[in-house]
Amino acid sequence: MTAVSEPTSESELAAAVAEARAARMPLSVEGRGTKATLGRPAQAAATLSTAKLSGITLHEPAELVIGAKSGTPLAEVEAALADKGQMLAFEPLDYRPLLGSSGAPTVGGVVAGNLSGPRRISAGACRDSLIGVRFVNGRGEMIKNGGRVMKNVTGLDLVKLMAGSWGTLGVMSEVIFKVLPVPERTATLVLHGLDDARAVAALSAGLGSPFEVTGAAHLPAGIDRIPTTLMRIEGFAPSITYRSAQLKTLLKPFGSADLLEGASAAEVWRKVRDAAFLVEPRDRAVWRVSVAPSKAAAAVARIRSTLDIRHFYDWGGGLVWIAAPASGDAGSAAIREGLAGTGGYATLMRAPAEIRATVDVFQPLSAPLMTITSGIKASLDPDRLFNPGRMYAGI
Amino acid sequence: MGIAFPAPDESILARRDFIIAGLARLLPPGGLVTSEDERRAFETDAFTAYRRVPLAVCLPSTTEQTAAVMRFCYENGVKVVPRGAGTSLAGGAIPQEDAVVIGVSKMNRVLDVNFGDRTIRVEAGITNLGISAAVMDESFFYAPDPSSQLACTIAGNIAMNSGGAHCLKYGVTTNNVLGVKMVTVDGTVVEIGGDALDAPGYDLLGLVVGSEGQLGIVTEATVRILRAAEGARPVLFGFDTSEQAGAAVAAIIGAGIIPVAMEFMDKPAIEICEAFAHAGYPLDVEALLIIEVEGSDAEMDFTLGRIVEIAKRHGVKTVKESKSAMETAAIWKGRKSAFGATGRVADYICMDGTIPTGRLPEVLRRIDEIVKGYGLRVANVFHAGDGNLHPLVLYNVNDPDEAHKAEEAGNDILRLCVEVGGCLTGEHGVGVEKRDLMNVQFDRVDLDQQMRVRGVFDRGWLLNPAKVFPLDHRITA
Ligand SMILES: Cc1cc2nc3c(=O)[nH]c(=O)nc-3n(C[C@H](O)[C@H](O)[C@H](O)COP(=O)(O)OP(=O)(O)OC[C@H]3O[C@@H](n4cnc5c(N)ncnc54)[C@H](O)[C@@H]3O)c2cc1C
Repeated sequence: MTAVSEPTSESELAAAVAEARAARMPLSVEGRGTKATLGRPAQAAATLSTAKLSGITLHEPAELVIGAKSGTPLAEVEAALADKGQMLAFEPLDYRPLLGSSGAPTVGGVVAGNLSGPRRISAGACRDSLIGVRFVNGRGEMIKNGGRVMKNVTGLDLVKLMAGSWGTLGVMSEVIFKVLPVPERTATLVLHGLDDARAVAALSAGLGSPFEVTGAAHLPAGIDRIPTTLMRIEGFAPSITYRSAQLKTLLKPFGSADLLEGASAAEVWRKVRDAAFLVEPRDRAVWRVSVAPSKAAAAVARIRSTLDIRHFYDWGGGLVWIAAPASGDAGSAAIREGLAGTGGYATLMRAPAEIRATVDVFQPLSAPLMTITSGIKASLDPDRLFNPGRMYAGI
Repeated sequence: MGIAFPAPDESILARRDFIIAGLARLLPPGGLVTSEDERRAFETDAFTAYRRVPLAVCLPSTTEQTAAVMRFCYENGVKVVPRGAGTSLAGGAIPQEDAVVIGVSKMNRVLDVNFGDRTIRVEAGITNLGISAAVMDESFFYAPDPSSQLACTIAGNIAMNSGGAHCLKYGVTTNNVLGVKMVTVDGTVVEIGGDALDAPGYDLLGLVVGSEGQLGIVTEATVRILRAAEGARPVLFGFDTSEQAGAAVAAIIGAGIIPVAMEFMDKPAIEICEAFAHAGYPLDVEALLIIEVEGSDAEMDFTLGRIVEIAKRHGVKTVKESKSAMETAAIWKGRKSAFGATGRVADYICMDGTIPTGRLPEVLRRIDEIVKGYGLRVANVFHAGDGNLHPLVLYNVNDPDEAHKAEEAGNDILRLCVEVGGCLTGEHGVGVEKRDLMNVQFDRVDLDQQMRVRGVFDRGWLLNPAKVFPLDHRITA
């Protein structure tokens, strides 16, 4: 059991970091720990939690911005937005079912992971919604970057660096997002029976149309009984009527599309977002693969030829979730070989600690990028206090 | 004039012949500019009040040549100023006497288009509009649309994280770039990101975009392209007061409507742009909003119906819809030539601060007071949806006193933007223009942290060194 410090203010947070620095004590940085099993097992002596840095600090619906202290439950921010008919555009994942964790995920944790749901393809990733941060660096200094306005190019964009840094560069105390209105109506077109390559082609046709597809997923046989291809459109009610008809016509070459609306459609997109299809069986490892859509189906076929997998596609084919046996290297070599030459890469989202300690959870970087990465780490956290080794050995 | 440049390094100037001979060996004929006359063409950018003739100008044709030049400069301690088309309004591309300009304008080819993946790979010297032109036949386009898009390069857009009128819906440069090839200060070529929607490790791409030529020279980029909407229609809304116009903007967003563009002009700007573009802007109003919607005719009718209803509740005086492609073109020509048209009636400096949109009426009033206080005039055009202001402070460049006052007025305006919770620059970048105001927005620790990150890429301050960070306090690690 490690000591847990839970500062209640920015200055306490900075003091806690300064103290750890003086004691040369590496810290496990967390919100409420719902993603604690994601990443390489950390080598920390104590835990620094943002759980008590909580509360919405700014909400201007007419300016499409919301800010909150980093330990604020995501649910609280989403509820405040919903109250004004708004939402976080990037559809943050709920990792709890997949990782078997419990508790309330925090907004700081969401940012640290920079993982985005289906609307990534049209509204951008978490890092695109994030417009401001405040964080304590490894020197114990309180740093601000970005701000509360959505157009801001003043100085280096450290906001982007904090997103997806998995708590290895600084401890965020506050995050500010730009947000979008909740669409008036949502509809989903559903095609049946397509193989992976045809499905990705259908999704590309939809995404390459003027009809503004905001979700594009494919569930092959093995996820659903028969392969199911999903395309979501959102907007004003009459526009949805019009665009769904146009898309149906456009997609004729791929079959006759059904229209799904309401709770069952929302449920299927939630499952896509959270990779709910791969939660069971729990003894499987789960990977998340990013690759250009046109290369996805062939890469999956290569992986399949050597590995026993279940998989499905989001982001029009650009995101592939893969469940593989959690033995040996959990499929690391097979998956990464299958992706060789595609420019795609894989992240191990779920696996037992022994496996995460031995395989590359995050994609290994080229030598020049690794040099830059080490430099960035040293520039923000010179004594390697924060989550040492969680992303890469030595980082 | 108020902005200092570092004194040229005499030891570099003394070695000019050696440096030029070395560079000449690395570049093809026509790739090295050394004559005084020709170098003068590179002495400034669109921030024309400041000029410095560079030591030499390199115009490489390939990434390899760029890397060779960078390695040479690195080994010889020569400073480098990267350059695209030289349209920076912040002086980001202004050289210095002891520096070599590396311009990417000769690298302007399209390398690969993938409509299925909705991506295009280009050399970084291609113009912004050149990218859209390359995919137009398939009804695709590259979304960020700075008004300078005919001239400015994607390299410059990436360095400045440029925006445009249609960014309210489609985002700015950083939201539309997927990968870059970059030459670092010592001549190493790195690939950051690629053609997938996200990349492993830290978001180095996000860091490079907007880094103003201080982290490396970008030679290639992969960017997202989008299918164009079925149609687009701008509508002019004239109001008696800017308060009404500002309230209408807030109410439109509050009603869940995100138009593709919401552009604001005040009376002086309306008059200047109308005289230039004959766009049919109403001349009897104090504030004009250009609001553009997209979709099929019926969809546009529907959305506009809702917008008009809201505008009426806020006392709109005139509503004028574009009835033809020609009218649409004229409306946008007027807006997009706002700076050029202003330049025909006076010299101007263009500010670029962003404010929380809720503070709009108050800020406009105070800008007016500030500029009048210096005995000058101001025209306001800006992106109303996101609060990115462009007050154009008008002055006479041949009157040193007026020029000084204009600079002071501009600085006061930017201080005001920061005071109300905004920032110094929304899309034009810091450059030299706003360098000495960085302390207004950031504390010492904030700037130190940025400089430490900068130092990872350029420990010796060789890359565009006179820019972004105040000269009086600099660190590398
Ligand atoms: C009339 C007019 C209208 C404008 N409208 C807009 C607008 O609507 N929105 C907007 O955002 N901006 C606008 N601008 C500003 C300007 O056009 C943009 O900043 C543009 O991105 C600059 O591109 P450029 O190719 O001219 O770059 P340059 O001016 O040559 O350089 C800009 C910066 O980029 C760096 N740089 C250039 N090439 C590279 C490279 N290969 N690698 C690394 N760094 C590099 C330079 O060192 C410099 O710091 C406008 C300018 C004018 C004159």
